[in-house]
Amino acid sequence: MNKKSFSNTKNQIPLLEVKNLSLLFPQYKEGLKESYIQVIRDFELTIYPGEIVAVVGSSGSGKSLLADSILGILPDNAEIMGRLLFNGEHLSTKRQQQLRGKSISLIPQSVKALDPLMKTSKQVQSVIPDKKAKKRIQEEAFIKLGLPPETGDKYPHELSGGMARRVLIATAMVSESELIIADEPTPGLDELTWEETLTNIKQLSKSNRGIMFITHDIHAALKIADKIAVFYAGETLEIANKEDFSGKGERLRHPYTKALWLALPENNFKPLKGNHPESDEVLIGCVFEKRCPIATEFCKTNKPKSAKINNGITRCFYA
Amino acid sequence: MIKFILRKTGKLASLLIAISLLSFILVSNSPEDPVQSYIGAEISRISPEQRKNIEEYWGLNRSKPEQYLLWVKAVFQGNLGESLIYRKPVSEIILERFSASIVLMGISWLLSGVFGFLLGILAGMNEGSILDRFIKSYSFIMASTPAFWFGLLLLMVFAAWLNWFPVGLASPAGSLAGEVSLIDKLKHLVLPVATLSIGGVASIALHTREKIIEVLNSEFIRFAKAKGERGIKLFWRHGLRNISLPAISLHFASFGELFGGAVLTEQVFSYPGLGQAIVKAGLGGDVPLLLGITLFSVVFIFVGNFMADLLYVVIDPRMKIKQTHD
Ligand SMILES: Nc1ncnc2c1ncn2[C@@H]1O[C@H](COP(=O)(O)OP(=O)(O)OP(=O)(O)O)[C@@H](O)[C@H]1O
Ligand code: SF4
Ligand SMILES: [Mg+2]
Repeated sequence: MNKKSFSNTKNQIPLLEVKNLSLLFPQYKEGLKESYIQVIRDFELTIYPGEIVAVVGSSGSGKSLLADSILGILPDNAEIMGRLLFNGEHLSTKRQQQLRGKSISLIPQSVKALDPLMKTSKQVQSVIPDKKAKKRIQEEAFIKLGLPPETGDKYPHELSGGMARRVLIATAMVSESELIIADEPTPGLDELTWEETLTNIKQLSKSNRGIMFITHDIHAALKIADKIAVFYAGETLEIANKEDFSGKGERLRHPYTKALWLALPENNFKPLKGNHPESDEVLIGCVFEKRCPIATEFCKTNKPKSAKINNGITRCFYA
Repeated sequence: MIKFILRKTGKLASLLIAISLLSFILVSNSPEDPVQSYIGAEISRISPEQRKNIEEYWGLNRSKPEQYLLWVKAVFQGNLGESLIYRKPVSEIILERFSASIVLMGISWLLSGVFGFLLGILAGMNEGSILDRFIKSYSFIMASTPAFWFGLLLLMVFAAWLNWFPVGLASPAGSLAGEVSLIDKLKHLVLPVATLSIGGVASIALHTREKIIEVLNSEFIRFAKAKGERGIKLFWRHGLRNISLPAISLHFASFGELFGGAVLTEQVFSYPGLGQAIVKAGLGGDVPLLLGITLFSVVFIFVGNFMADLLYVVIDPRMKIKQTHD
C-alpha cells in the first residue's frame, strides 16, 4: 500500500494549502448594528497530489461552505479571510474562476445537484474540454463506474440514488482536475453502494489527483483517507494520520477526536454528550470547551493555537 | 397520452353539464321576464293571447326540466338557440363578439406574459435590491387592484383629460364597419389592453420571481457553477428552462382571470366583446345567449388549463414518465 504521511510528502509542493481561513456572514440583529456569524475560524489544511484528506465534522460545522470557499462559489454576502494556495500559487477570485470545473472539481453533497431538465450525459460532458471526444470520454466513464450505457439518455429523476451518485462522480472523473472536493458523497447509501462509491473515489486518487473528502462518516474516512482533519465549529481541531485511529485512541491528540473514536460501535459506543455549537454562538475560548471532559477554567477564556504534535496538528492546551 | 386526453375530455363534459344546469336554474328563476325583455317597452300593447303564443313558441309554458332538456337536445344538434335581445342566432353573436374579445385578450395575454416574465426575472436576479422591492410592491398592488377600477382611472386620465385615446367602443361611433382603419382600431384597443396587461403582469411576475430565487439557490446551480459555468451561459442552460416552463403553464392556467378581467374591462370601455354581451344577456334575461356564452367561456378557460397541463406532460421529462405509468 502506498502509505503517505507527512514525512514522505514534505519536500513536494502541496496541491492545496489552506491557511487561517475564516468565513463570516453579516447578520443584522438589534437595530441597525451589524453583527457577524463566523462559520469557519482559522481553518488550515494541506493536501498533496495523490493524497486523500478527509475532513470529518458533524452536520452544520461548515463543511460545505469550506468546499464553496475553495471553489470560489460562496454566496455574495460571505466575507472570507486567510490564504489559499493552489500548486503554490495564490488562489485569487479570478484564479478560482479559471480553475473551477477544470483543475478543481466538486462532487456535490446532494443528488439534487443534477439539473432536473437536462439529460445526464450532457451534464457530465459539459466539463470535458475536448469537444470531439466528449461523448466517448463520458461513455467510457459511465462504463467504468458500472452505469448502463442508456443512463446518459436519462433524466435525473429516472435514476436511483446510487446511480445519480455515480453520475456525479463521473463528472469529476472526466474532468482533468488535479483536486477533487467530494462533499459527503456517501450518506444514505446501502452497504454495497457505499463500498463502491468509496472504491471509486479511491480510484480517482490513483492518477495523482488530490482529494478532499468531506464526510461525517468516520468509517468512510478511515477506509480511504491518508490524513484526517477533524472539523468542529468551523475550526480544525486535529489533523491525524489514519494509523492514529487505533486501540483506545491513545495516539489521537485532541479530546474531541478521541471522543469521536470511542463513540464508534466497535469501540464501546460511548456517546459524546452535548451539542455542536450553533453557528451564531459567540465562542471566546476553546470551541470544544462546553463538551470537553478535561476542560479547565483557562479553556473558557483562552483560545488554543494549533501546534504540531507527533506528526500531526492539534488545537488543545493539554494535548 | 390518449388516456390523459380522454380523462380531460370527460372532465370537461361533466363540467359543462354541471355549469349549464346551474346557470339554467339561476336564470330561469330570476325575476326578469323574458317576454318583456324581448318585446321591450311595447309590452303593454300586446294581448294576453299574443303573449301566450310567444311563450308557447319558446317553450316557456313547459316545465323547467323539460325546458332544460329541450335546450340540451338543441345544443347537441349544434343549435344554441336564438338571442332574445339581439334577435340573432346565439352562435353567430358568440363568433362575432369573440373575434373582438380575442384580439383584446390575446394581445393583453401576450404582453402581460412577456413583461411579467421579464419583470420577474429582473426582480429575482436582484433579490433584495431597490428594483426588486419596487417590482414586488408594484405586483402586490396590481394583484389587489380590480381591473375595472384601473380601467376607469386610465379612461379618466388618458381619454377624458388628455384626450389621447377614444373613450370607448372598438371603432369611432357611427362609422361603417368597412371604413374603420387599422389605426383607428388600434387606438381603441390601447386603453383596454393596457388595463388588462398592466395588472396582468402581477401574478406572473411574482411567480417567476419566486421561482428564479428558488432556482438560483438550488443545488444544481451551485454544481453548475462549480463546473465552471457562469453568466449568460449558466442562466441559459440551467436557469431559463427551469423557470420558463412553470411560468408558461401558469399563464395558460390564468385564462379564467383573463376572461373575468375582460368582462369588466369591456364594460368600462363599452368594448363590444363577449364580456359586454354576457352582461347584457344577464341584465336582459336573455337565457339562450347567457347560457351560450357561459358554455363557451367554460370551454375557453378549460382549453387554457388543458394547455397548461399538456405543456407539462409534453415538455417536462419528469411528468412524461409518470403519465405513462398510470
Ligand atoms: N448564506 C448563509 N448565511 C448565514 N449562515 C449560513 C449560510 N449558509 C450556511 N450557513 C450556516 O453555516 C453553517 C455551516 O453550513 P454548511 O452547509 O457548510 O454545513 P455542513 O458542515 O456542510 O453540514 P451538513 O453536514 O449538514 O452538510 C450552518 O450552520 C449554516 O446555518
Ligand atoms: S483546550 Fe481545553 S477545552 Fe479545548 S479541548 Fe483542550 S482541554 Fe478541552
Ligand atoms: Mg454540507
